[in-house]
Amino acid sequence: MRILLIEDDAEAAAYVAKGLRETGHVVDHSANGKEGLFLAAAESYDAMIIDRMLPGIDGLTIIQTIRGAGNHTPVLVLSALGKVDDRVKGLRAGGDDYLVKPFAFAELLARLDALARRGTRSSQAETRLQVADLEMDLLARKVWRAEVDIDLQPREFSLLEYLMRHAGQVVTRTMLLENVWDYHFDPQTNLIDVHISRLRQKIDKGHDEPLIHTVRGAGYRLGGSR
Amino acid sequence: MRGIALADHARLLRSTAFRLAVTYLAFFSATALLLLGAVYWTSTTFIDKQIRETINTEITGLADRYRQQGVGGLLQVISERSALDRDRKSLYLLTDSLYRPITGNLVGWPEATADAQGWLSFTVQTQTPAGVGLFDATGRVFRLPGDYNLLVGRSLRDADQVKSALRQAIGFGMALTVLLGLIGGVLTSRMLLDRVEAITRTMRGIMGGDIGRRVPNRGSGDEFDQLAQGINAALDQIERLLESMRTVTDNVAHDLRTPLQRLRSRIDVALLGEADADDYRRALEETMADADRLLATFNALLTIAQAEAGDRANRLAPLELLPLARDLVELYEPLAEEKGVRLRLAPASHAGKVMGDRHLLSQALANLVDNAVKYTPEGGAVTVTVDDGHCLAVADTGPGIPAEARERVLEPFVRLDATRSTSGNGLGLSLVQAVARLHGARLELAGNDPGLVVRLWFPKEQAGGSARSSS
Repeated sequence: MRILLIEDDAEAAAYVAKGLRETGHVVDHSANGKEGLFLAAAESYDAMIIDRMLPGIDGLTIIQTIRGAGNHTPVLVLSALGKVDDRVKGLRAGGDDYLVKPFAFAELLARLDALARRGTRSSQAETRLQVADLEMDLLARKVWRAEVDIDLQPREFSLLEYLMRHAGQVVTRTMLLENVWDYHFDPQTNLIDVHISRLRQKIDKGHDEPLIHTVRGAGYRLGGSR
Repeated sequence: MRGIALADHARLLRSTAFRLAVTYLAFFSATALLLLGAVYWTSTTFIDKQIRETINTEITGLADRYRQQGVGGLLQVISERSALDRDRKSLYLLTDSLYRPITGNLVGWPEATADAQGWLSFTVQTQTPAGVGLFDATGRVFRLPGDYNLLVGRSLRDADQVKSALRQAIGFGMALTVLLGLIGGVLTSRMLLDRVEAITRTMRGIMGGDIGRRVPNRGSGDEFDQLAQGINAALDQIERLLESMRTVTDNVAHDLRTPLQRLRSRIDVALLGEADADDYRRALEETMADADRLLATFNALLTIAQAEAGDRANRLAPLELLPLARDLVELYEPLAEEKGVRLRLAPASHAGKVMGDRHLLSQALANLVDNAVKYTPEGGAVTVTVDDGHCLAVADTGPGIPAEARERVLEPFVRLDATRSTSGNGLGLSLVQAVARLHGARLELAGNDPGLVVRLWFPKEQAGGSARSSS
């Protein structure tokens, strides 16, 4: 992917850019708002990472400006401001996701991946999801694997739906907590792991090929073994 | 002394209250003047009208007498009446066609000319106890057949006396009005000024650093008392915020310094001796875990600070406790099950709404449930209850907290490390308390025989109503 990184802190920028390049992305970096806005408007990117507080033009203004110009490139907002209100402001300005500093690189990568793929997915509402031999009917709210029905609790269903929508991608625990439960705090316990292991019992038990994989140091990935 | 008194006067004259009093006084005086003026005008008009009616009646009477008895009869009546009226209140003069006097109590025909109806004003000399006086008079000319001119008049001496008495009364009344108004104005404005002055003095004291000062409250419940109460409430809030800021600063120092020291020592040790790549990797991983714990503590402190710096009105919205509790129980249920603890939501009788911040309340409840699950031994139970719609309770069957220590654990800093805080940053209850305070809720710790019940009593005021005014 071609990614624009607008971040004024040199060390943080170097860290993110290095990580992204090592995972096979092309990164353009700008250290101030004005140049960043110019790049965002002139070039074409698959995703942008924009720090909220920048010299010159601040991050949210950049997002509002490019959105106003009809540019719908996915934007991940980085910020040291972590209150729920700040998050809402960031998303309202046109950001697609909001990541509070400091963050783990794996978290950034997972979210960026999710954003970029959301951008390419068809906008048409899906009614069926399928990953390998696992199928989900969103209208009937039914799940089956290899023709065998699986009985899920409502929250388990939402959890699996999120995983299936992001099949093949790494999904972090925080992403699950935010998107499936709508909680924006760190519970400091392995809560999500317990939920996943329950889901795993229902999805993978009795099948040769596991679909839910644990990605060490990052989170989970749903899909056939690679 | 004099200087102070002068300054005091100047201040009084400049005060809003005094200006208001003067304005009100001007209005009131104008009204009084208008009213008294109307009374005066009505009275004098009535007196003048009476005089003219009397004159008219007399002329009619005299004219009748002349018609019946001729000049002789008329002369007789006039001289009789003139003789009777010593004070010359009634005035008569009969003249021939050339205005030469024939009879009457007037010396000569007045200089003034009569108007179309024959009315004229003139002056007469009258003997009074004080001497000869000149008085206004009014009269009417009547031409009798046979070329006689008859003038019938009335001295205005009495009428003028009445009018002048009236004028005096009005003047006196006005003077009294203005005087009383002025005194009242000064007294009122001085009274108001004193109250305002008391507030200003308090504010000055506070600006000077004495944050504990409060505006005196007279207890009469008037507007100034209400203002004082409002200001005092605001000051309480400011003082509390300052206090909590101090607490947070202390907490930051205490809670972050120790783990930072640990982190630093670890790096120190790793750098000290010869080590291979695996050792370094392990040291780095441990350091990262330390950093994550530090971050979690830092976030908890920030959340506490955020909850304590609460601007309630903006942040709280009507919210149902039951779904919030249900979601959280559902989130923790698998974890509890894994530990062999039964976590459940007690069925609620009826669910009400409270004014709340969903994120902070969820986090507080998460802390309580997390603690409860953590300290409840296998086979125990944790029950979350939403009672009455305004009480949220988490009950466990763990070791509990001894009654004498319950008060203490709510105080900042105090931790029963031995019993309550085997892992985690130990800020759980501080956060719950901060969130409770933001919501105006009472946090209560009680025994569960065995175990602990933590209850959050939310204010009973209706969600969406004026949450502030009744507190």
